[in-house]
Amino acid sequence: MTIPDSAADAIRHNPAQNDPMVTFERVTKRFGNDEKSFVALDNVDLVVGRGEITGIIGRSGAGKSTLIRLVNGLEKVTSGRVVVDGTDVGGLGETGLRSLRREIGMIFQHFNLLSSRTAFDNVALPLEIAGLDRAAIKAKVGPLLELVGLADRASHYPSELSGGQKQRVGIARALATSPKLLLSDEATSALDPETTQSILALLKRINAELGLTILLITHEMEVVKTIASHVAVMDVGRIVEQGRTFDIFTAPKHETTRIMLAATSGTTLPEWLKTDLRQTPSAGDRILVRLTFLGATAFQPLTARLVTEIGGDVNILAGAIEEIAGEPFGTLVVAYPATPDTIARANRFYAETGLSTEVLGYVA
Amino acid sequence: MSPEMLFDLLWKALLQTLHMVAVSGLIGSLIGLPIGIFLATSGKGELFPAPTLNKVVGLIVNAARSTPFIILVVAIIPFTRLLAGTSIGTKAAIVPLTIATVPFFARLVEAAIREIDKGLIEAARAMGATPMQIVTKVLLAEAKPAIVAAFTMTIVSLIGYSAMVGAVGGGGLGDLGIRYGYQRFMPEVMLAVVVVLIVLVQLVQSAGDALARRFDKRNRQG
Repeated sequence: MTIPDSAADAIRHNPAQNDPMVTFERVTKRFGNDEKSFVALDNVDLVVGRGEITGIIGRSGAGKSTLIRLVNGLEKVTSGRVVVDGTDVGGLGETGLRSLRREIGMIFQHFNLLSSRTAFDNVALPLEIAGLDRAAIKAKVGPLLELVGLADRASHYPSELSGGQKQRVGIARALATSPKLLLSDEATSALDPETTQSILALLKRINAELGLTILLITHEMEVVKTIASHVAVMDVGRIVEQGRTFDIFTAPKHETTRIMLAATSGTTLPEWLKTDLRQTPSAGDRILVRLTFLGATAFQPLTARLVTEIGGDVNILAGAIEEIAGEPFGTLVVAYPATPDTIARANRFYAETGLSTEVLGYVA
Repeated sequence: MSPEMLFDLLWKALLQTLHMVAVSGLIGSLIGLPIGIFLATSGKGELFPAPTLNKVVGLIVNAARSTPFIILVVAIIPFTRLLAGTSIGTKAAIVPLTIATVPFFARLVEAAIREIDKGLIEAARAMGATPMQIVTKVLLAEAKPAIVAAFTMTIVSLIGYSAMVGAVGGGGLGDLGIRYGYQRFMPEVMLAVVVVLIVLVQLVQSAGDALARRFDKRNRQG
């Protein structure tokens, strides 16, 4: 099997992903007939590394749901290839697809549990479908409910469970056939923030303990930031940016990524400041600078030193320290007099400490 | 008419009604169930796509449902004779009752299955289920309360239809009411027949509701 240049590029951009679990090669998906066709995916190249958590983020209608459904053949490509662990999904017949699907678990936004079955029997369903006998099913379901922390809810029906508990049943069900890949379709979008965090922690644990590859789609930045080691940003059927989550989120290149990030991170300026901001300085103005602290610098007492270097006349206008894919990341927006002397001293300090900076503008 | 005689007539008529309704209800539903499943799963892009056959079956079902029952009874007399060996009596009445049951129940089953969240079908497909497994393990299991309710409704309708088969000497409660209550001017017989029918329908409905509730796990409180 030869890898086309486009996919090879994607691999080069993500050196950690040289052992792919899923590869999208120039994938296009069109819905409808020729006159009224709608392009859901447009020439998508993507690599999902084995054992990693890869997040695909985008607004609704960006094509995420279609993309994830190509992996287990719920949708079929119009052109291009989707390769899962060496198998071209498009080349499989119904029987081949069914056995592939038994190696891929899937969880859903609305859980999709059978209301007529207890938690236990819901987890048992994929095993019944695979043809296991009652004893073998019993031996598998118990530990799975244990793993997701619902051993005491085995005989409850979905209507007796909370949203978070239902998703835990969904996860146990998805793991029942010991898959090598887990697809997560907006799995936390119907949950409150606290429950979202506990479900994400569970997915992270499963990834670490079972070495399970996870491909998730979401419109929530928080989800990707919290658990995805790699991310692809989608916009109207295209992947506009992909790479390590930390790299993409600390230095977003595409406008879509910036807009989505601005909504969640602490680096947005207060509204009153935005209206007063000018791009050229006049006498007596103060300069606004955004400082970015990456990795090790996030922990150093740089702010205090900056104040000393500049001479005390510094104010902090916005700032946050966050964790992205397990790494600390801080931003700080500061203002100080826009005199050549002060600016020179500040720039010397930035160069010395390796802080990355961006001049946002000037205010009176 | 002496009370003993009235009771005797009512009892015999009740047994005839029960016999007709039970046999036609069971056979009709057994035939209607797969037709209903087919109607609900054979549209374009569904589990067993056969859009043309789906339309044809749908047309036949509609035609059968729009034929007034009393006309159906008379119209199919040759077919009834072929099947039951006779065109009169309780045994003969079962044939048109069964034929009326099939499309009625099929449409109700179709509606029950279409109510099921499409996400469940997708989840089952994602697990590697065959279309047949999806029908048995997902669709029928999830639609069970609605199908039980549909069966109850079918039986209640059949009790009403069975009153009309007096036209072919089918007997039963309706026939008793017409022959004694109406044609022989015996209002007490008519009243007794109506009371028995009301009680019968109530019993069937309550039993059906109780059974449907038992199968319905959607609104349980923790």
